[in-house]
Amino acid sequence: MEALANNLQVLFQGLALGSIYALVALGFVLIIRATNVVNFAQGDFAMLGGYAMILFTVGMPGNPELHIPGFAVHVPYGVAILLAAVVMAIIGLAFNYGVYYPLRNRSFLPVLISTLGASIFLQNTVLALFNPQPRPLDKLFNIDGVTIGGVFLDSQYLVILVFTILAVAFQYFFFEHTLIGKKLQATSQDKDMARLLGIPVTLMIIITFVYSAVLGGLAGMLVAPILFVSIGMGSTIALKAFAATIIGGFGDVAGAIVGGIIIGVIESFAAYYISVPYKDAYAFLALFLVLLFRPQGIFGEKVSEKA
Amino acid sequence: MSDAAAKPVALARAQNNIPSLIVLAILAIAFPLVPYVLHVSDYVLNIFMNSVSYTMAVLGMVVVLGYAGQINLAQAAFFGIGAYAVGLGTVVWGLHFWVSFVLGLGAAAIAGLVLGLTTLRLGGHYLAMITISFQQIFDLVLTNWIDVTRGPDGIPGIEPPALFGLHLTDKRAYLLFSAGVLYLLIWFVWWLPKTRLGRAMRAVRDNELAAETIGVHTLRTKVIAFTISAVLGGIGGSFYAAGFSYISPDNFSFLRSIEFLTAVLLGGAQSPFGAALGTVLIVLLPEWLRFLKSLYLAVYGLGVILIMVFLAEGIWGLLRNTFQRIRKPIAPVIGAAPALNFDIKAPGERPVLKLENLQKHFGGLRAVDGIDVEVAPGTVHALIGPNGSGKTTSLNVVNGIYRPTAGRIFLDGIDVTQMKPHERAGLGMGRTFQNIRLFPTMSALENVMVGGQRDNNPMEAGREALVTRALSALDFVGILDRAHMIVRNLPYGYQRLVEIARALAAHPKLLLLDEPGAGLNQAEKQELVGLLKRLRGHGLTLFLIDHDMGLVEKVSDKITVLNFGKKIAEGTPQEVLRHPDVIAAYLGEGPTNAPARA
Repeated sequence: MEALANNLQVLFQGLALGSIYALVALGFVLIIRATNVVNFAQGDFAMLGGYAMILFTVGMPGNPELHIPGFAVHVPYGVAILLAAVVMAIIGLAFNYGVYYPLRNRSFLPVLISTLGASIFLQNTVLALFNPQPRPLDKLFNIDGVTIGGVFLDSQYLVILVFTILAVAFQYFFFEHTLIGKKLQATSQDKDMARLLGIPVTLMIIITFVYSAVLGGLAGMLVAPILFVSIGMGSTIALKAFAATIIGGFGDVAGAIVGGIIIGVIESFAAYYISVPYKDAYAFLALFLVLLFRPQGIFGEKVSEKA
Repeated sequence: MSDAAAKPVALARAQNNIPSLIVLAILAIAFPLVPYVLHVSDYVLNIFMNSVSYTMAVLGMVVVLGYAGQINLAQAAFFGIGAYAVGLGTVVWGLHFWVSFVLGLGAAAIAGLVLGLTTLRLGGHYLAMITISFQQIFDLVLTNWIDVTRGPDGIPGIEPPALFGLHLTDKRAYLLFSAGVLYLLIWFVWWLPKTRLGRAMRAVRDNELAAETIGVHTLRTKVIAFTISAVLGGIGGSFYAAGFSYISPDNFSFLRSIEFLTAVLLGGAQSPFGAALGTVLIVLLPEWLRFLKSLYLAVYGLGVILIMVFLAEGIWGLLRNTFQRIRKPIAPVIGAAPALNFDIKAPGERPVLKLENLQKHFGGLRAVDGIDVEVAPGTVHALIGPNGSGKTTSLNVVNGIYRPTAGRIFLDGIDVTQMKPHERAGLGMGRTFQNIRLFPTMSALENVMVGGQRDNNPMEAGREALVTRALSALDFVGILDRAHMIVRNLPYGYQRLVEIARALAAHPKLLLLDEPGAGLNQAEKQELVGLLKRLRGHGLTLFLIDHDMGLVEKVSDKITVLNFGKKIAEGTPQEVLRHPDVIAAYLGEGPTNAPARA
C-alpha cells in the first residue's frame, strides 16, 4: 500500500513537472509553426518570467562592479504576476524585432543560431543584474498542500496542473474559434497565401512571439517556487520541452503537451528508481529512442519533400 | 585531348591565388616562431596554444557546417573526448601518449558516426537538438561518473608527447609541433571541397534532394562529414590536453560548443582560413573586452546575433568578395572539349523502363492508379495529361522520391522498386526537374561533375577524366564558355541546360525530363526541341512529361496519356492526339453531350 502511495506521489510530481515542459513546448510549437524556426531562447523566457517575479516581489540586488544600483519593490503576488506578464510581452516584442525579423528571409540555420545568441545574451544580462545566486520565490498560495490517501499534493504542483489545463483549453478556443486564431493558423501554414488574402503576416508573427514569451514566462513563474530561480533554469527546461516537441511530433500542438507530460513522468520515475544525478539525461535517452524507432514522433506524419 | 581541356583550367586557378598564398605562408611560418624570437610570457604562450587547438576543432565545423550544411552543437564534446582520452590514457591508465591519442580519435569517430547515423536522416532542427542533448549527457557523465572521469576535479599532470625520441616538454617546441599538425589539417580541409566527397558535401548543402536524385549517397555523405568533424574535434582536444597539462569538465561545456560555432561563423564557414581567423578572434576577444567585466558574455551573445545579421559569410567571405571585386577577373582558359561519348549499346528488345501496375495513393487520393508503361530503347516517350492527372507523381515514383503503394518498376530489366533515388541514379537513371534544382553556389562545371561522379559511371577513373566528361557535356548543350560561372548567376535558360548537362555527364541509360519546356520562351523551346532530337539521334532513351502539346508532338515517338491517375490512351502522337478520350480529357466532353448539359 505504501509502495502504491509512493508511486502515485512520484507520478503526481512527474505530471506537474511535465506540465511545465508542456507549457514551454507549446510556445516552441507556436513559433515553429509561425516561422519554421526553433527558438532556442524559449527556455529563457521561463527564466525571465521567474526573475520578473523576483523583481516585483523582493527586488533586484544590482551589481556594484558595473555600478548598477539594486532596488527593492514589494507588490502583491497577483499584481506581480500581471506586471511580469507585461514585461514578458515587451520582451517577446523586442525578441521578434531584434532576433527574428532581420533574418526572416534567410534559411532556418541563421535564425536558429541567432536565437542561441539571444539565449546567451539574456542569461548573462540577467546574471549581471541579479548575481548568480539562485533565488527562492514564494508559492502562489500560502499553504503547503493536502494529503489524500497517503499522497501529498503540494499546492504549487496543483496550481501548475490547473493552469496547464486552463492554458491548453484557452489555446484551443483561441485558435479554433476566434478570427485572429484562424489568421494565425493561416499564417503558420502558408505565409505567402495568407499575405495575398490580406492577413497582416508580420503582425501575426509578432503576436506569436509575444504570446510565446508570455506563455514561457508564466511557466517560469509557476515553476519558480519549486526549482528556485536561477540563470540556467531555462536551458534545462527548454531542452526537455524541445525533446517533448520531437517525441510528440514536430510542430504538433497535442504532441507537445503529451510529449511534455511523458518526459516529466519518465524523469520523475527514473530519478526515484534509478539515479538522481543523471535526472536530466533520461529525457534525452527517451528522445534518442524515439528518433530511432519513430522519428516522426507520436502524432507526427511522415512527410517527404516534393520534387 | 583531355590535357588540353583540363589542365589550363587548373593552371588559371593557381595563378589567381599565388599572392595571397605567399602572404598566408609567411604568416603561418612566422606564427609558431614568435616565442623563439621574442620573449613572451607563459600566458601569451597559452593563448597561442589555445588558438592552435581550438582551430583544429573549428576546422571540423567548416567541414560539417560550411561544406555539408549540417549543424553540430556538440563540437566541445568531441573535443572533450579527445582531451579525456589523452588525460585518462596517459595519467590514469599509464598508456603511451600516441596510443591514447588514437583511442581518442577512435572514440570521437564512433560517437560521431553513431550520432550521425541516428539523426542525419532527419537533419535540421533534429540535428541541433540531438547534438545539444549529446553535449549535455557528455557533461553529466564527465561530472558525475567520478570513478572513471575523476569528476569536477579534473585530471592534472598530463605530459606532452615525445616524438622520435624528442620530448616536447618545452612549451615552445610543443607549440611548433602543434602548429605543424594544424597546417596539415588546414591543408586537408582546404583540399577537401575539390574532391569527389567534398563536391558531394557541397551538393548536399545546396540542394539535398537534387543531390540524392543524381546519385549522391546523401546520408553517407552527411555521416562522413559529421564523423570527420568529430575526429577533427578529437584531435584538437588531444593537443589541448597535452598543451595545458590539466583538464576539467568546464573546458568542454555547451558554451564551448557555441564558442566553436561562433568562431566558424565569424571567420567564415566556407574556408579553413576563415576558421583560423575566427578562432583567433574568439580567443583574443575576452582579452580585448576585459573592460566589460561581467557583461562580457552578454555582449558576446549580442555579437552572435549581429554576425548572423551582418556577416553572413564571415570575415573571410567579406574579404574574399571585396578582393574579387577590385581584382581583374582572369578568364579561365578552356580548351576544346572532346565530343560527348554516349556509350550506348545497340538497342535490344528489352524496354529500358517498365512500369507494372504502378500505384501511388496519398490517403484516399489515388494519384497514380495502376499504370503500365514500357519505354522502348532509343525512343522518346512522353507522359501527358491534364493538371492533377498524376504525371509528376508518376515521375517521382519512377525516380524513387516516393515509394509506390503497389506495383513494380524495372530499369533495363532490373527491379528498382525498393531502391533509393541515388541507387537508381547509380544504375543509370538520370533526371531533370520542373523547377530547376541545381547547386546554386557551385560553378556550372562543378554541378556537372557531381552528375558525372555517380556510382558505376562507365568512364575512366580520376579527376581529369571527370573534368573532361563534364566539359564535354557542357559543350554538348552549348554552354562550354560558361563552365566556370557560378550557376546562381546564370540566366534561367542556361540553368536548364546545365541541369541537362549534369544528367548527361552520368551516361544515363534513361533520362527523365520533368517539364523541360516550363518557363522557356519560344526561341528557347525551339532550341530545346533541337537538343532533344540530337539526344535521340545519339540513341539515348528519354521519358518526359510536359504540358506543351506542340513540344511533345515534335519530339515524341510514343505518348502515354493519363487522367485521374489512369492510362486512357497510348500510341504515336498522331494516334493519341486524335483519340476522343484524350480530347475529352483536355477540352471537356464532346459536343454531343453539350446540349444535354445545357
